[in-house]
Amino acid sequence: MGEAIVITSGKGGVGKTTTSANIGTSLALMDKKVCLIDTDIGLRNLDVIMGLENRIIYDIVDVIQGRCKLQQALIKDKRFDYLSLLPAAQTSDKSAVTTEGMKEIVSELKQEYDYIIIDCPAGIEQGFQNAIAGADRAIVVTTPENSSVRDADRIIGLIEKEDMIEPPRLIINRIRNHMMKNGDMLDIDDIVQLLAIDLIGIVADDEEMIKASNKGEPISLSPNFKSSISYRNIARRILGETVPLQSLEEEKGFMQKIKAFFKI
Amino acid sequence: MQETKPTITIKGTRDGLILFIDENSSFEEILQDLIKKLDASTPQKEEPVVSVKVKLGHRYLTEEQRHQLKEIIEDKNRFQIEAMESDVIPIKDAKTWLDESQLKVVNQIVRSGQVLETKGDLLLIGDVNPGGRVRASGNIYIMGNLLGIAHAGIEGDQEAFIAASYMKPAQLRIAEYISRAPDYEADGVYMECGIIDPDQNKIVIDSIKTLSKQRKVISAFERRMNNG
Repeated sequence: MGEAIVITSGKGGVGKTTTSANIGTSLALMDKKVCLIDTDIGLRNLDVIMGLENRIIYDIVDVIQGRCKLQQALIKDKRFDYLSLLPAAQTSDKSAVTTEGMKEIVSELKQEYDYIIIDCPAGIEQGFQNAIAGADRAIVVTTPENSSVRDADRIIGLIEKEDMIEPPRLIINRIRNHMMKNGDMLDIDDIVQLLAIDLIGIVADDEEMIKASNKGEPISLSPNFKSSISYRNIARRILGETVPLQSLEEEKGFMQKIKAFFKI
Repeated sequence: MQETKPTITIKGTRDGLILFIDENSSFEEILQDLIKKLDASTPQKEEPVVSVKVKLGHRYLTEEQRHQLKEIIEDKNRFQIEAMESDVIPIKDAKTWLDESQLKVVNQIVRSGQVLETKGDLLLIGDVNPGGRVRASGNIYIMGNLLGIAHAGIEGDQEAFIAASYMKPAQLRIAEYISRAPDYEADGVYMECGIIDPDQNKIVIDSIKTLSKQRKVISAFERRMNNG
């Protein structure tokens, strides 16, 4: 029996979809059977980030309205067999999906997959209600900005009212270390203290991520980047491992290392 | 019917008259006797207005009966009813009083978009995050960070106050007064309380230590008992 995790944030543009894609990929890299569900009906993105857009034949609305079987709508990832995607519809709107329909799909997928990662749309309306309907636990994504933290707080309040197995956990995304150090960005500790939920990971703001997204290759596939390690760590924490938070210090260049060496 | 005890006793004091009404007589009887008694003394035109206190003993009067009594007393005479005191109140009223005056202890984080509203005093063990709101008809005590909006005395109690372990609120409201955070970035304060200062006619924030001087009776229940 698998576990359904919803990735949500309230505010748009904080990296829900990227996070969903990368957590899903990282879990699949650890030999877990993973199914990604895009619930952002009308504004689907997850298929683009995963590079699977051209394979879509049926979508989640087709499944709910009985035009196809669930298995027919699932898209196998081109890189691993262990990863599937249930895409959102691009033509309908959020009212085409009901909470009951979502619950049914998720519980059916749970029979077959270890993890179901649900990518939630922005906002707190029907789309959000649908996305959290079938979830066992939630991960809230925020960036170190006031507006995003405020919305995360609102979302956590709404999730706490649902009967989930565990309280939601937090990812702080798009951290710019130098700005945080100078006090121009909210501090990680301040955010965690305000939101009062467990931190499950921090991800640095990384230009490589934009490149990867545009190529349709989740960054966690290549182990050379900091943000890729971040996502892999989050996946390990989801599996229950204890992994320390990675340092966000910038890697020093070769010359700087030599300078630092001689100063000692 | 033989009268053993007068239904109405009138006593004069320095502050005015006190009307004792016997609690065992029927209401009809009282009204009749009252009319008789009051008719016996027709007031002079230049007589000053006398304030009257009515003591009802263990008698409960409905709103209508109170009105009737008031009309009779104030009608022909230069009397003015200052208070009608009864030693009893209905259970329903007592229950609402109790409800409104009890300290409600709530253990939660009031997050953005959430509203926590209680009757009586509120003790919140937890934070009020930005965008969150707590409202109480009595005082508000917060063991945590107050970063959102707190409104004490929502039914108009200007004596109510707001105390918090750490205070950096977006707004403080007490009764119909509102004060907001300054526009410049300011640090919050620890162990302080917001209270209406009648001299400045606005909400001021002061150390909790000064509270004992300004508010002798802290609990909403006691205030209620004193004020009726």
